[in-house]
Amino acid sequence: MNKDILVVIEHIRGEVADISYMMIAAARQLAETTEGEVLAVLMGSGVENLAGNLAADKVIYFEDPQLADFTSSTYQQTLEILISEVNPRAVILGHTSIGMEVASLLSAKSDLPLVSTCLSFSGENGLIKFTSQLYGGKILAEGLIPEPIALLTMVPGGYKPEDGQSSTPPLVTTAAPPQFTDLQISIKQYIEPETGDVDITLQPLLIAVGRGIQLEDNIEIAEELAEAIGGVVCASRPVVDQGWLPTSRLVGKSGYRVKPKVYLALGISGAPEHTEGIAGSETIIAINTDPAAPIFNIAKYGVVEDIFDLVPLLTEKIEES
Amino acid sequence: MNIVVLAKLVPDLVEELEIDDSGIALDMTWLRLIINELDDHAIEEAILLKERTGANVTVLAPDIEGVDDILFTAAAKGADRLIKIVGDYESGVNNLGLARVLTPVIKDLQPDLILAGVEAHEDLDGSIGPLLAGYLDLPFIGYVASIELEEGKATATKEYPGGLSAEMEVALPVVLGIQVADEPPRYVAVSKVRQAMKTAEIEELEAGDFDLSGGPTIDRMYQPEVGESATIIDGSLDDIADSLIGIFKELGVQ
Ligand SMILES: Cc1cc2nc3c(=O)[nH]c(=O)nc-3n(C[C@@H](O)[C@H](O)[C@H](O)COP(=O)(O)OP(=O)(O)OC[C@H]3O[C@@H](n4cnc5c(N)ncnc54)[C@H](O)[C@@H]3O)c2cc1C
Ligand SMILES: Cc1cc2nc3c(=O)[nH]c(=O)nc-3n(C[C@H](O)[C@H](O)[C@H](O)COP(=O)(O)OP(=O)(O)OC[C@H]3O[C@@H](n4cnc5c(N)ncnc54)[C@H](O)[C@@H]3O)c2cc1C
Repeated sequence: MNKDILVVIEHIRGEVADISYMMIAAARQLAETTEGEVLAVLMGSGVENLAGNLAADKVIYFEDPQLADFTSSTYQQTLEILISEVNPRAVILGHTSIGMEVASLLSAKSDLPLVSTCLSFSGENGLIKFTSQLYGGKILAEGLIPEPIALLTMVPGGYKPEDGQSSTPPLVTTAAPPQFTDLQISIKQYIEPETGDVDITLQPLLIAVGRGIQLEDNIEIAEELAEAIGGVVCASRPVVDQGWLPTSRLVGKSGYRVKPKVYLALGISGAPEHTEGIAGSETIIAINTDPAAPIFNIAKYGVVEDIFDLVPLLTEKIEES
Repeated sequence: MNIVVLAKLVPDLVEELEIDDSGIALDMTWLRLIINELDDHAIEEAILLKERTGANVTVLAPDIEGVDDILFTAAAKGADRLIKIVGDYESGVNNLGLARVLTPVIKDLQPDLILAGVEAHEDLDGSIGPLLAGYLDLPFIGYVASIELEEGKATATKEYPGGLSAEMEVALPVVLGIQVADEPPRYVAVSKVRQAMKTAEIEELEAGDFDLSGGPTIDRMYQPEVGESATIIDGSLDDIADSLIGIFKELGVQ
């Protein structure tokens, strides 16, 4: 019976992504049930130092210039060989622009079962279970983690990054990746985030607009409120994808993580990809016509009203006072 | 240049979702299905590439209720060929099963470029794009926000968190997972869709038996408690506005 839990460390341009520490925390929990070890896999070039604070029993570090930048092919080929040598019980990857595609490729190529969007795990009598987040966070699904080797992709929300960090450096073994074959993908350049007029990660009060705003012209009602109260407008992804606000105002998985004193969400449903960007807010207040909107799960205060009725009135009252 | 786009219908999250008597699946009775939003972006990206390069666009979709609408809508936008994969989807087909059926179909179509939405909110066993890339032995780039085509190769812009992206060059054929099209999916008038219903033809291919092996089994499905933590402020609009102002003051942001 396989026991060890392998964690694929995600890092980009010299920084370990928070999800990596959360995955280590999850792996620690699973390894208790399976009575195995937590093995972290780090792939890169000149990034051995990133292993320093991982709370893993061992780190396997693949050093190669061809691993300097992420491509799904090099990661998949390295992991394919490693998995066949280590025979872990589970391999945890981030459900991210790095982990998700590697996991799916591995599943098809190595014929390994994959459970995606895992939020948390549990274990009893040697059996380990997954809880996955489906349908935009509206549904949770539970089941046994398939045997003997399963690939798992993980979303944030179930574990704290601190629990995957350690002040004692782990044992690091450096290894060479396999001879890569048939590599078709190469990096031309990185495109830096567009710098906006304001940095939304530093604002104490954010007025966030979602698809509930309906039309570009309606963003004005949020701008007016922001002006009256001294806040800054930011948005969910559909609004930015429409080109109504720049990427510098995007909150969430593909945008920025914000940590304001107050986050006021107007017509935002609270999809997991959005809420992962607002978890650091001190107080979330949501206005949404749908009482079942998942945003109310993480909001401190909720209002079930139409933003077009309430927001202009709110602005007016603030201007008066 | 042949582009194949994969599209499928998924439950509309705006509607309330309910779990059926089995306790392990959604109740499909009243469920409204819509095109997976990211697949809609994949179709848009394919049409934009067609407009720029004259590519031929085939849209391929599993035969789930409502599929004709999404296929004819794609035709109205400019898709050249429509194919639905007919089969027994009643008891649920996972992405592994779908990818196994689509693999030979796509091989036959000999595409240079295969596009799919990078994920769907109902995926439990990985995403269709990279699964297919695995079976087809093709490279995969996901979270793509822009594509340029040149002779024999594509340049795809892949998104990373925090607004960072990477321009990646890849030899064709390739499977790309689309996060967002270069432009928001276009609106097509209902009259144009009706027109397409008259002129376009949907080809049907038989899926045969689905091989679902390898996918996880669900033992329990449930809805997380909603409204657990939020204190709901109600009353007249006036009262609510006053309460909110009170809260802003208390929290020191006004
Ligand atoms: C962020 C966001 C995402 C959205 N996503 C979707 C979605 O996925 N599916 C969806 O159905 N709706 C969606 N909507 C709602 C809808 O209001 C779109 O704005 C609408 O489809 C117009 O899209 P557009 O901005 O691309 O077109 P525009 O550039 O505004 O319009 C293109 C042309 O179509 C005309 N037009 C636009 N809308 C209509 C209409 N409803 N009836 C007749 N003519 C019209 C315009 O006058 C114009 O001539 C979304 C809205 C928002 C705010
Ligand atoms: C890989 C990936 C990365 C992503 N990254 C991000 C990200 O970084 N940030 C992000 O935000 N999303 C991201 N998404 C998209 C995410 O999955 C959701 O689709 C998105 O967050 C939904 O935005 P929304 O809440 O504005 O829209 P919707 O989910 O459409 O919600 C609109 C809400 O407005 C409410 N509403 C409508 N009208 C009114 C009204 N008049 N008054 C009050 N309420 C109203 C509705 O009840 C609904 O709850 C990502 C998705 C993927 C697949």
